[in-house]
Amino acid sequence: MFDLPTIWAGLLALVILIYVILDGFDLGIGILYPFFKKGEERSTAMNTVAPVWDGNETWLVLGGGGLLAAFPLAYAIVMPALYVPIFLMIFGLIFRGVSFEFRWRDPAHEKIWDSGFFGGSLLATFSQGIVLGAFVQGIEVENRAYSGGWFDWLTPFSLFTGLSLACGYSFLGAMWLIMKTEGSLRDRLYKLSVPLMLIVFLLTAIVSLWTPFLSPDIYVRWFKMPTLLYLSPVPILAAFLAWRIYANLKQRNDNSPFPLALGLFVLSYAGLGISIFPYVVPRAITVTEAASPDSSLGFMLIGAVIFLPLIFIYTGYSYWVFRGKVKSGEGYH
Amino acid sequence: MDTFDSTALLLARLQFSWTIAVHIIFPSFTIGLASYLVVLEGLWLKTGKQVYIRLFKYWIKIFAVVFAMGVVSGIIMSYEFGTNWSVFSDKTGPILGPLLAYEVLSAFFLEAGFLGIMLFGLTKVGKKLHFTATLMVAIGTFFSAFWILSANSWMQTPAGYGINDVGQFVPEDWLKIIFNPSFPYRLLHMVTAAYLTTAFVVGGVGAWHLLHDKTCEGAKLMFSMAMWMAAIVAPMQIFIGDMHGLNTIEHQPAKITAMEGHFETQKGAPLILFGIPDMDAEETKYAIEIPKLGSLILTHHPDGEVMGLKAFSKEDRPNSLIVFWAFRIMVGLGTLMALMGLYSVWLRWRKKLYMVPLFHKIAVVMAPSGFFAVIAGWIVTEVGRQPYTVYGLLRTNQSVSPVEVPAVATSLAIFIVVYFIVFGFGIYYILRMMAAPPTPGQPPIASEHPIGLDSVLSALADKKEH
Repeated sequence: MFDLPTIWAGLLALVILIYVILDGFDLGIGILYPFFKKGEERSTAMNTVAPVWDGNETWLVLGGGGLLAAFPLAYAIVMPALYVPIFLMIFGLIFRGVSFEFRWRDPAHEKIWDSGFFGGSLLATFSQGIVLGAFVQGIEVENRAYSGGWFDWLTPFSLFTGLSLACGYSFLGAMWLIMKTEGSLRDRLYKLSVPLMLIVFLLTAIVSLWTPFLSPDIYVRWFKMPTLLYLSPVPILAAFLAWRIYANLKQRNDNSPFPLALGLFVLSYAGLGISIFPYVVPRAITVTEAASPDSSLGFMLIGAVIFLPLIFIYTGYSYWVFRGKVKSGEGYH
Repeated sequence: MDTFDSTALLLARLQFSWTIAVHIIFPSFTIGLASYLVVLEGLWLKTGKQVYIRLFKYWIKIFAVVFAMGVVSGIIMSYEFGTNWSVFSDKTGPILGPLLAYEVLSAFFLEAGFLGIMLFGLTKVGKKLHFTATLMVAIGTFFSAFWILSANSWMQTPAGYGINDVGQFVPEDWLKIIFNPSFPYRLLHMVTAAYLTTAFVVGGVGAWHLLHDKTCEGAKLMFSMAMWMAAIVAPMQIFIGDMHGLNTIEHQPAKITAMEGHFETQKGAPLILFGIPDMDAEETKYAIEIPKLGSLILTHHPDGEVMGLKAFSKEDRPNSLIVFWAFRIMVGLGTLMALMGLYSVWLRWRKKLYMVPLFHKIAVVMAPSGFFAVIAGWIVTEVGRQPYTVYGLLRTNQSVSPVEVPAVATSLAIFIVVYFIVFGFGIYYILRMMAAPPTPGQPPIASEHPIGLDSVLSALADKKEH
């Protein structure tokens, strides 16, 4: 049951989940940028993530490198298949990444890097959503290689997951900022957050209902007994979390909505996992088929066991150092 | 893959060269700069002198911009293998993947995790913890160099592997894989190159401010520290490079023949100083040679036998024209660096290090020399190992993805445009930060204008200081 390929499938799933929730909130802040006042409010919003965004994005590098290492065949099939959205994501990440520094270096052209931050965040997120949708809907494989065209990823479903992820990240970003800021910026976010939550909920529901109809295989997985019984708590729990977020937003408890929103992301992610496992390229290549030999996976597992706890400790420490509200005008700049 | 599109292959190669050549500029600066920041902060903690923390704060802002550019230009690398080189990824993933995973786990997280504290945390965590954060970032840059050069070296001199029934390279001995034959030399050569690159940038900026104000304390310190590096490390680098070359003769003889521009295998081979290697005519035209010196350098014997490119069949030869000239650019710049370092010792001994504007002007011109040398060096080693991605085992034309020409062409075009815009801005901002004096001095100079070609030229033409 717990052979090395399965362990690594689990670890990689964890890495991607960590990436989604961590970079999720800081990409979300970028997407929300047009809603903030130019200058001060935008600076404060950016400063809440300036010390941590780079660490957050490193999980994406680990996701790519880890997939290459643990499931090279899957990596070799998925990347060419998702060529266009992967590159769009990277271009987006370039613009929003440099904006963190450039925005402070060039006050005369703050506008350029405000748009770079917004546009880059939106493009990266939308592309990630497309990658997700295109991945779930399946990839054509022949003879250990991708055999489709370079626009196969483009479907109504993948565009819809792109849109949904953009709204999801914005929601996460809004919850983060409510926790980290005060004053006019926080007020603005409180106003924004309830409609945003409703939209996210609606989109998530549509994606969840749409997914089983993408292929009979997923359909069977979701709607056969006893799986249906095991799965039934997922939507119930999600509804509960949504209600808690709503109540906390109404009472203006700054600190509770963000962790609760993370819970929502974890639930959706688990649902996704159920639709995919044991495939690593949906409905074409399984975890076992794509896995590197045990000599690779075992060697890497040693590294993961040593380094992941250390990473959690010092990353946690860094978040702790920068805990609490970010006052406007803080930063080294 | 039995068929491949040669246009797609060429475009994929161009794209990889472009993205990696731009990327390598940033880490070769941050590896050195991170260590320099450790030294500055350490000296500040030890001596309490203000000038050290001033310089630290001056360079850390530049570091932040360079680092951000390194991060965003680096993310692409962990995906580009798959998008453009999927067959290569499938075959080498079980070996190269874990090396890259170790790089991310041990290096990238360390850098990113402590970078926030290093940039923003001095007032929050106290001096000693802050110094620890700076140290961790520097150690992270070194770990990163360790793993990525191990991976690259394995592709150059593969060891410790087997091949399974679907044609993948699989690990048999991880120690042999990590410490493959060319790795120690390449690691030493590259890390030293990164230190030298940084030293010449720091020295160039110091010299620039010395040209405007000979009494500027920060500029004197920067220039002095950089020239010590040049005096000690540049000659060392020549020695390390020679050892790296001897290792290459043993494992990749075709690369050496391409570097030397030798087509015929011969005893007592000359050293070709300059010439134009012609791959089709199989000779180096217009060669200016020194008899027997080639054999002396390569075999350490005047009549030693030196291999020529003709010893390899045509489809196995790297392009000598590119490798030959890239090698000369690298060696030429390295020699200039060492000469500057040695001359600085002489000036220092005569107590004139801060007094000779001509020397400062040369240092300003030499400021970017490390970047050119690094890129030239990478061209030597990467073009020199063609036509293979895994040397002798997997050909470049059998490594490429089944992607279509328009996809690669479009992404390449966007990469070129985006990099020119984004990194153009970045370099402009860096030059503007460098134009501000490191410590307040007389007379104050306007810092809104970056150091640019026009201002460099006007400073060079400025005769009033002679």
